[in-house]
Formats: sequence, structure tokens, C-alpha cells
Amino acid sequence: MTPDIESTLSEYIRTQVLKRPKYNLGSDDALISSGLIDSFHLVDLALFVEEQFGVRIEDTELNSNTFDTLAQLSALIQQRIK
Amino acid sequence: MELTRYTTLTQPIICRALEDPEGLAIVFIHDDGTEEKIQAAQFHAEASRYALALQSTGVQPEDLVILVLRHSQTLLFAFWGAIYLGAIASIFPFLTEKLDAQIYMERVKELVTHSKARAVITFPEFKAELSALLAGAGCAVLSTADVPQAPDKEAPTVEWPAYPGDKIAFLQHSSGTTGLQKGVALSHRSVLNQIQTYSQSIDLRGEDVIVSWLPLYHDMGLIAGFVMPLVAGVPLVLMSPFKWVRDPKVLLQAIHRQRGTLCWLPNFAYNHSARVIRSQDVAALDLSSMRAFINCSEPVYDESQQVFLSKFGAIGVRNEALSTCYAMAENTFAVTQCPTGQPARLDWVNTRLLQEERRALPVAVDSPGSSAMVSCGFPIPGTEVCIMDEHEVRLPDRRVGEIALHSACMLSGYYRRPDLTAQSIRAGWYYTGDMGYLADGQLYITGRKKDLIIVGGKNIYPQDLEAIANNTQGIAPGRSVAFGLYDKSLGSENIVMICEIEGKGISEAAKKAVEMDLRRRVVQRSEIALADVRLVEGRWLIKTSSGKISRSANRDKYIQDFLENETEHSNQWRNQ
Repeated sequence: MTPDIESTLSEYIRTQVLKRPKYNLGSDDALISSGLIDSFHLVDLALFVEEQFGVRIEDTELNSNTFDTLAQLSALIQQRIK
Repeated sequence: MELTRYTTLTQPIICRALEDPEGLAIVFIHDDGTEEKIQAAQFHAEASRYALALQSTGVQPEDLVILVLRHSQTLLFAFWGAIYLGAIASIFPFLTEKLDAQIYMERVKELVTHSKARAVITFPEFKAELSALLAGAGCAVLSTADVPQAPDKEAPTVEWPAYPGDKIAFLQHSSGTTGLQKGVALSHRSVLNQIQTYSQSIDLRGEDVIVSWLPLYHDMGLIAGFVMPLVAGVPLVLMSPFKWVRDPKVLLQAIHRQRGTLCWLPNFAYNHSARVIRSQDVAALDLSSMRAFINCSEPVYDESQQVFLSKFGAIGVRNEALSTCYAMAENTFAVTQCPTGQPARLDWVNTRLLQEERRALPVAVDSPGSSAMVSCGFPIPGTEVCIMDEHEVRLPDRRVGEIALHSACMLSGYYRRPDLTAQSIRAGWYYTGDMGYLADGQLYITGRKKDLIIVGGKNIYPQDLEAIANNTQGIAPGRSVAFGLYDKSLGSENIVMICEIEGKGISEAAKKAVEMDLRRRVVQRSEIALADVRLVEGRWLIKTSSGKISRSANRDKYIQDFLENETEHSNQWRNQ
């Protein structure tokens, strides 16, 4: 539904978090509950989202209940941009 | 700090409650930023309530009490309540959302059974489950809701038993990955000696204010960020580690508000703070009250300290406030400490000779092929440090060997594990398993003897992760390796796992499923996020001549095969 947001996030996660640009990261892959993104990188990701999309994710929201996949995070950002 | 007149840790706390009842003991900062002040007499009264409640469940002096409590005031009171009673307190890391609750509870049961604990204190929501699980184990489960409220702020007038100084006060569990098998038993005398001597090293004063976000199940948080301030009568400002990770500026705000003077941090915290705190969010703060930020519990990197200094220098962090310390639970806490008020010394040595000949040859500053080793300072008074070769013979200055220590604040032993105690304490010396050298009285850490990985201040044993992989569907049993790699931007190690996949011609999709399964299983059991997982074909892993899978050889192969070929970021990884 939001390919631009999702591909921007995907690229960030692949290059900056996983440091594997060619990693096959799916829309519905678990990011937090799988440990693909650790607690420290999660804070980096929140900063990136704020800088890139102007959307703030509160520190209390940085857990898998708020979002756990690229699709869910993209939807959250889309919703807050509006 | 004059503590020599005391024989137990509880005496100075009780004395202070009587002599200076309104003295500030703790400022507890809640996640929403509200502050709760706890005075000396109030702390004593709260701890006494827990002692009485434990007593009424039948806990006797010498019994082990395990605290399954989240980072909260309750945990602080319950810990001292157990010690007031003469029981042995031990803090178990609390359940988090990432861990599998069922596996977590099983771990509590394992610890209770192995260590023959007589009571567990937990929150009401866990009481039923833990009671059922521990039925027949001879262990009472006390809910915090069952602890009677204090009728007023008056401390109960109970006389606590006087006991000798060699009595065990608490256990510190070296934070392993999948269990807490090794409980470091510390006597009242050892802990008092540590506080007395370490206070001298850091010149601890009544006007100091210690600020901490560290968890209490780890020696740095437990001693520097809890036991020492209470026993020494220095105010402690405490916040939650979970809050700090997500929003590290809370530490700087607390220092500003409370005029903090001392703070202990693991190396990665310098990078994390510098990376994710926005300058504009802290521009109005003043951190010039800080006497020392003490870098401890991970290898210290000068570049981590420098990024912290350049980010926060403008708000009052001074170079001479960047101090270092080498510590371990087995010496209660500190082994060495840099004199406060001056930056840690940098020792420039020839890198090749250090690695190949285990000699720290001094060279000119920043010369080619050199490394800057950060000093961890001088041994604290009463602690002797030496460097031993593999035959347990002392080595001269600037020769790298295993660090051994001898002191009056050493562990009494590993709790109920005489075998492990005998392995690590030989002829009165505790062998740390860390490698390093001495030069002009100062200690430099160069590495570790064992394949231990330290991530974010937490000790991780690769064999624990490999065992999880062995039980993961699709991975060939006994064909996995885990190791750490230093990541400069994090200031800490990343964990990499390489596992041989079972069968041939496995599709990429099937491999991905195995990878995600392994990642999830590791997180649920250990809270460890694997930085990289590679599933490889059979016979990829290199074995040693004795047939064991070699962690170091496979690490080198990983760097060559995957990092150097694959990404332009390979220069961020540094071979230690």
C-alpha cells in the first residue's frame, strides 16, 4: 500500500542495521520479535523515521506490539503522515 | 568513608536511619519522569517490612532468597529485607516482553532447584504460576502484595541478629545467556572491604551524587549503582535500564537536575548516547557537576569516549571526567581504577608484537602499525594484580598473560559449586580469564582467554547459543558456531552465527524460515539479537586439529568470505 515508505525503510534496515544490502527482507518478516533489529538499532530506526518522514514514534512505542514488520511500520507512518 | 567499625553491610544502613533519618538515600525516577525520594529512615522501614514478611514464611538466616522482581523500589527493599534477616539475597533478571514466559519460569525453577533456594519474592501476577511450578521444591513463594504495609514511617523496633562478617550477604550471578549456573557468593566483609577501598580510589565523598540506569543483576549496577551508595550513605539517583535504552537522554537530564557527580557506564553506552541523543534536546543541560563517567564492564575504546566528549563537551562533559575501571563480580566489583580527575592514560604499542609475541612495546603516539590501549588504572588499595603465563608463573611488565588477582574483597566461592571454585582460585589467586599486561603499575586489557562475547555489557557464552542452534529444525546438530565481532559504531560486539544446514539443495525460502526460527528461539531464550546469521552448506565450518569447530578460524573465514566480498561496510568491522 505504501511502496515508497516501505522500500525506504527496507533499504535503511538492510544497509544500516543488518549491514547486508542484498538481504532478502520481506514485508512480513518479524523485525523485533525475531531479533533482526535489537533494542539499540530500534532507537536508531525511530530517529531515521522522524528525520525521513517527520513522524514521531515515542520511545514507549518501541516494541513489537506497536509494529513488528515492515508492512506494519509503513502503515503506522502512513497513518501519522495524514 | 569510614566503614571499618562495621562488620555487616546492614549496620551502616541502620545507623544512618537512626542518626540521619531524613538523609536522602535514593531518588527513584519513574519511566514517566516523576521522581520519588526515599529517605534513610524510610528505606530502613521498607526493608524491615520485607525482612519480617520473609521471616513469617519460615525463611531462616543462611537461606537463599531469589528476587524475581522488575527494576523498581520493591526490588531495592526486598533485597535488603533478605539481608537484614541474615538470608542470602539473589536478583534474577526480570521477564521482558521478548523472552518466552514459559521458558523463563522454567529457568527460575532450575535456579531454585539447583541452588536450593528457600523463598522467591515476586509480583502478585506470578505467584500462582510460580507456586504451582515450585510445589514440592521446599521453596516458599512470597508475593509483594502479601508484605504488610508499614503502619507509619517508623522503623519496626526489631533487633536484627548480629552475625559474623564472613557470612554470605548475597550472590551475584555472572550474567550468562541461558541460565545462571554460577552464583558468585560474597561475604559482608568482602563487600565492606570493596566499598571501603574503592571509595578511596574514586575519592568518594558525602557530597557525591551517584546516577545510574544500570540493571541490578549485574555487578556494576548492583555494587556501584546500588549497594555502595546505600552503605556509604551517598545519594543514589536510579532509573530503569529499559527506559534508558529507548531514551538515553534521561540519564543526562537526571544528572542535570540532581547535580550528579559519578556515573558508571559500559563502553557501548558512550556510543549509544552520542548516536541517538539529539543535541537540541540536551542543549539546555549542564553536566559540569560530573566528577567522573567511569567506563567499565566492556573493553574500553578511546574512540567511544571521544565521540561522547565531542557530542556532550558543549554541555559540560570534561575530558578529565572520562575515567575507566576494570571490575568483576568475583572481586565484588572494582579491581583497578583510573585516578579520578584525570583522563585515562593511553598506551601506544606496536600492534603486531602485541598480537604475535604478546609483548606491549611502546611506540610513538599514532605511529603506523600501532594501537592505543586505554589504561584501566591502578589496582584499588588491598587488591593485588599480576599477570601469569600458562604455567602460572608471574610475567614482567609489558608481557601479556592471564590477569590474576588476590584481595580482601574476593568471592567466598561459587555458591554450591566447589568444583568451579577450585578451578578458578588456585594458591590464593583468582584467575580472571581475561588477558592483559601491566605497565608502570597500570593495567591494560587486551582480550579474553575464553571465547566469551560481551554485548552491551552482558556476558554471552557462545556455547549457549550454539546449543540453541543444535536444537533448531533444519540445522545440522553440532555444526554451528557463534562469535563476536567489534562494531565501531556501536562501541560493542555484534554476535554472528554460522550454521550448516541439514540436507542438500535447500531452497532460499526454506533457509530463510530456518534463519528466522533460529533468531526467534535465541531471542526468546536469551534476549540476544543476532546481528548476522549465515546458513551455509555442509563442510563450510573449519575444525581444529582436535576435531572441534574453531570459533576464531571461522570468524576469520566469515570476515573474508562474507564481509570483504559483500558489503562496502566491511571497514566498520574490526578484527580484534
